[in-house]
Amino acid sequence: MKSANFLLTILAGVSSSVMAVELGGWGEMEVRYSPSNPLYAGQQQNSASIATQPEFYQEWADGRSFTFVPFYRYDSADKQRTHADIREAMLLWPRENYELRVGIGKVFWGVTEASHLVDIINQTDLVESIDGEEKLGQPMVNLTLLTDKGTFDFFVLPYFRERTFPGRAGRLRFDTFIDSGRGAVYENEAREHHVDYAVRYSNTIGNLDIGISDFYGTTREPAYLAGVDTNGNLNIIPFYEIINQTGLDLQYTDEAWLWKLEAIYRHGQADGSYYAVDAGIEYTFSGPGLRGTDLGLIVEYMYDSRNFGADTRAPAVGDYISSRSNTFLNNDYLIGVRLAFNDADSSEVLAAFIQDIDNHSSVFQLEASRRIGDRWKAELDAYVFMDAKKDPLLGSLREDSFVQLALKYYF
Amino acid sequence: MRAIMLSIAAVMTFAVPVLSIAVEDPLARGEAVAREWDRRDRGFGDSKTTLRMILENRQGKQSERRLRMEILEAADENDGDKSLVVFEVPRDVKGTALLSYAHILEADDQWLYLPALKRVKRISSSNKSGPFMGSEFAYEDISSQELKKYDYKWLRDEPCGKSECFVLEQRPLYKNSGYTRQVAWYDKDEYRLQRIDYYDRKDDLLKTLTFGEYKQHLGKYWRSHNMYMVNQQTGKKTRLVYEEFKFRNGLKDKDFTQNRLKRMR
Repeated sequence: MKSANFLLTILAGVSSSVMAVELGGWGEMEVRYSPSNPLYAGQQQNSASIATQPEFYQEWADGRSFTFVPFYRYDSADKQRTHADIREAMLLWPRENYELRVGIGKVFWGVTEASHLVDIINQTDLVESIDGEEKLGQPMVNLTLLTDKGTFDFFVLPYFRERTFPGRAGRLRFDTFIDSGRGAVYENEAREHHVDYAVRYSNTIGNLDIGISDFYGTTREPAYLAGVDTNGNLNIIPFYEIINQTGLDLQYTDEAWLWKLEAIYRHGQADGSYYAVDAGIEYTFSGPGLRGTDLGLIVEYMYDSRNFGADTRAPAVGDYISSRSNTFLNNDYLIGVRLAFNDADSSEVLAAFIQDIDNHSSVFQLEASRRIGDRWKAELDAYVFMDAKKDPLLGSLREDSFVQLALKYYF
Repeated sequence: MRAIMLSIAAVMTFAVPVLSIAVEDPLARGEAVAREWDRRDRGFGDSKTTLRMILENRQGKQSERRLRMEILEAADENDGDKSLVVFEVPRDVKGTALLSYAHILEADDQWLYLPALKRVKRISSSNKSGPFMGSEFAYEDISSQELKKYDYKWLRDEPCGKSECFVLEQRPLYKNSGYTRQVAWYDKDEYRLQRIDYYDRKDDLLKTLTFGEYKQHLGKYWRSHNMYMVNQQTGKKTRLVYEEFKFRNGLKDKDFTQNRLKRMR
């Protein structure tokens, strides 16, 4: 109620001298094809889906602005993937030495390609994409101080969003179904109303871009507890604990070389404290011999210090299933190729191969896109899971290799 | 008699800056012309402009991009300008923005903002010869043109359209250029670039750029509102049409930051 009053005060304070109103956004049709039969009962082989994300923007003469971006997807197979969200509903006051944002929005932190360890403000919209790059809108008050010594960001996050998970009919899920319908379990009794805080310092010093961040609040990445559904079947319940996470991201840019590092130290979850690192390089070949194309080579290494000992016990109800379920990037490397053709249609291809050094399970990922005419864009995505059975997390996805084609229209 | 009068008039008009260096070697003469071109453009402060980029392929099929550009002139002549480019059309790249800190000989600093991910990426700027937005303009063609990026040699004087031009050969001194050299035509009236021929690394003619519709701003600064680049090897063409220029908007260093990049639309 208090926050609603605050918002009204802000809205009333916005003057009527509207500078610009813009409408935009996109709609898309998408089909997913999996060559293998699904592993679990109830899963559908293939799916088709439509989605839209309109965008409304208004700016006032004094520079203040409001952005509203709703999102909706209908999926033919998975009820959980049929979902709506407010990606953005944000008021922004830019001033010379500070910026204030109040509303729902998205924030990205980080530099690496394989994982996004440092990026913690928004919850992952996992049903949208398993690469973790699609996010749910996060309610926030964000003050950005712009100083000669760098940028300081302060966040108050008054409401928590649960991670989305595929439903029973969806693919790309665990063998035991994650019961997001029944509701998650929280460490803190305030549940999703726990107020989270974050602060970040970022600066550019010559060729070095640096970010240091700290987050205190509800973990975006849940642990998983063993539970039972109403029929007495084992299921998985997401468990959101209160954590503190300190993050560091660095990029050193030296002509065609990019040196990247992301590292986090997290306390308060499952096994206590742990750290994780993603470090790598990207080198871009270019020049007349390549006829304008940028050819980038990416190599990254990922490490996660959590205990990865195989958990062979059958978990009792209420047990942690295994904290390693959170990531399969525990001791893995990525080799990737990025092609930007720099042509009139902005054709791009990113191909990446990620392999676990311990058990050799691997994922091949392909992302390709090009514009068609002025308002259409075609996007081709593919994931191939190989030797996945050996990995406790990836094992559940071993029959879920797929190709996805999306046609997007921008209006 | 009349012819003599005319040539005296011509000497009166043109010979003053040229005569003093006429006896010097072609290098000094080229340098002097370029220096004068640079001097005449100093002090514009900052500018904002909207432009259309019309791409045409071999078959004559056109596609259009629309972008906005802000430039902050470097106070120090040993450094390059700062610039911000925001794409409006095509729609899929709307809000994508590029921040550049140009340098004279070292690589520029560049950050790209991807609005869908809300991600600012520091990018490598070493692909100077790469096409800008799929056009026939390379990054090095659209990035800030600074006196000390080239060495200069005067080749000849010759008529160009209605006026007379200095023809200079200029060789890039910075790394990773796609050109061995450029041949540039500067008119003697106002030291405006009228045409540039670009020669590739094999020294074959690659592209020809012609400058049209010059307009003078603030009673001093000339800007071409229509630039036409023809790739002589592929037949592809790109026309840049500048809608308007606004000078001295009070832009500061603070307007050329990663935070501003995120706010651009």
